[in-house]
Amino acid sequence: MAAGSSARKLFSRPARIAAISPYVWMVLFFAVPFLFVLKISLSQTAIAQPPYMPVFDLGKPGALSQAFAMLSADNFRLLLSDNLYVLSYLRSVYVAVVSTLILLVIGYPVAYGMARLPQRLQPVAMMLVIIPFWTSFLIRIYAWINVLQRDGLLNDVLTALHLVSAPVVWLSTDSAMYLGIVYSYFPFMILPLYATLSKQDMTLLEAAADLGCSRRQAFWLVTFPMSLQGVAAGALLCFIPIVGEFVIPDLLAGSEKLMIGQTLWLEFFTNRDWPVASAIAVVLLVLLVVPLVIYDRLQRRQLEEAR
Amino acid sequence: MTSSTSPLDMMAQTLAASEHSPAVEADREPALRIASVTKRFGNFTAVDDLTLDIKAGEFFALLGPSGCGKTTLLRMLAGLESPDSGSIMLDGADISHVPPHLRPVNMMFQSYALFPHLDVAGNIAFGLKRAKLSQAEVDSRVAEMLALTQLEGLEKRRPDQLSGGQRQRVALARSLARRPRLLLLDEPLAALDKKLRESTQLELLKVQRQLGTTFVIVTHDQEEAMTVADRIAVLDKGRLVQVATPRELYEHPNSRWVAGFVGDINLIEGQVVQIHSGTLTLKTADAGTLVARTSSELVPGMTITVAIRPEKIKIFGESASGAGGNALRGELIEIGYLGGTSVYTVRLTFGATVRVVRTNSETVEAPLRIGQRVSLSVAPEACIVLEK
Repeated sequence: MAAGSSARKLFSRPARIAAISPYVWMVLFFAVPFLFVLKISLSQTAIAQPPYMPVFDLGKPGALSQAFAMLSADNFRLLLSDNLYVLSYLRSVYVAVVSTLILLVIGYPVAYGMARLPQRLQPVAMMLVIIPFWTSFLIRIYAWINVLQRDGLLNDVLTALHLVSAPVVWLSTDSAMYLGIVYSYFPFMILPLYATLSKQDMTLLEAAADLGCSRRQAFWLVTFPMSLQGVAAGALLCFIPIVGEFVIPDLLAGSEKLMIGQTLWLEFFTNRDWPVASAIAVVLLVLLVVPLVIYDRLQRRQLEEAR
Repeated sequence: MTSSTSPLDMMAQTLAASEHSPAVEADREPALRIASVTKRFGNFTAVDDLTLDIKAGEFFALLGPSGCGKTTLLRMLAGLESPDSGSIMLDGADISHVPPHLRPVNMMFQSYALFPHLDVAGNIAFGLKRAKLSQAEVDSRVAEMLALTQLEGLEKRRPDQLSGGQRQRVALARSLARRPRLLLLDEPLAALDKKLRESTQLELLKVQRQLGTTFVIVTHDQEEAMTVADRIAVLDKGRLVQVATPRELYEHPNSRWVAGFVGDINLIEGQVVQIHSGTLTLKTADAGTLVARTSSELVPGMTITVAIRPEKIKIFGESASGAGGNALRGELIEIGYLGGTSVYTVRLTFGATVRVVRTNSETVEAPLRIGQRVSLSVAPEACIVLEK
């Protein structure tokens, strides 16, 4: 391994520390807490403090192996057997897919428009997208409740315009939830799309026109395929947190159908069933890692092709 | 439906038709007629009332310093800009305001503008697919272009996996694939290093001769223009200064500006003393009395400029005599050795500084030294008389 050792010498000590630090961060703040959650998910609930058993006691080596023997996958079996959990997962994925599609359909034209603005107006447009997010997320969701409620702004406007004769129920519906999600995740879709679209070389569009493309064809044959990277980044940036979303469905959607975040909250705080809540979290994580791995693969393949 | 065809269908037809007609038009009628074209950007006039004819099958160069309007003119030919006034006629049809995708004109961009998400074959086929050719036709045309530009075997590569020279050839292949009636080349070789540029110039020339397509190239490099072009238009500040063959342009520039822009030259100002059957005697302040041949109508007393190419001046050691034509004396103050040639800088006894270029094969026997007295000889025919 002569090559390896000589390569190692290329890096100074500070460089090596800098290279290692993200791994240290990952281990300390992701891997270790995840192992705690994984362990709890394999435990049984108990009326105790903490509310599960076994509790590892590192002081007694004999008790430790006994504790290990008590771990079981019962909670995971429960998740599969009870429709409540499966439906929650399915609803979460469904809501995330629909929201991401809506975000893409609305976000792409906006990002495209921003990227084609005169250079000096682009930072202004960017600020307009970002500024609402300087207000607390919760306050903004409560503001939406205010707008959507029975005697809220939306119904006032609709009745004043004689579009509806009686106030419409907006709050506690899926429409309100989608509105809240799309509103909240808008910048996460816009920013990666804008980043790829604004970098695009305009000469390529001139070349496309020169080679016989109308403007519409040039968009679909050049601009859009070249922005797929941004589409994937924006979609993932929205999809992943929306799957685990708790606050928006809890405040804006009805209570008959739950997303997995709400189910988790119920198990943890209402039922005080930490092991089942932990099992839900573990399964959710595994579910979300799949699209991430696919995205990573795609990106790596593109990098290799570029070489 | 009526019998009217869409512009795309018409283009497909012209593309197909051009396959059967001989590539080089026998009669070299103007293929492209640029009439009084003006283009302004705000207060800046990029192209100013420019009129120019380009013949079918010609390799035509637009030459000028940066900002002279040559690229704007080229972009108007491509349809990427439209003229504020004047007209552009291609084979008798006014195309001044036809959008780029409907013109039988293609452009090779300075940055090449290759599509990074498509491979070499995909880039070349891009324009063909828009022309509604069948898949078989597209494939055969792509293969033909790959052969023409010696890109066989690189079909599946993406632009970022190619060298600069290969990318340049893909850009050329892509712009030629639709068999345009007019190919526009915007500084096509500027991104290549000197050696590659020189060999590519010759390749470009070969391709143009082979296809017989009318080429219009924009360049700021006068050597490049002289190498490839049949005729050169020199532009300055949006105006046409001179249109001529490379030889005419070099031997008979029509102004001091062109003389100075195209190649190296010595300019000496003086007053006409006498003119007699084409032989002009001239009195100058810093080079004594000179004799030149001219066909211009001049009268004694006029102030004119004599331009002399450095390689048309002979240089001798002081001892030598019997040099014909204008004999000048001076001191050798600098020698620039360039391998095949040397550049001698001589300060004349009258004060002017003159550059002389000689091939080293003729001077190797009696090498000249800096500081030595020398005599120069210039034939009257080598003195270009410029009135402006």
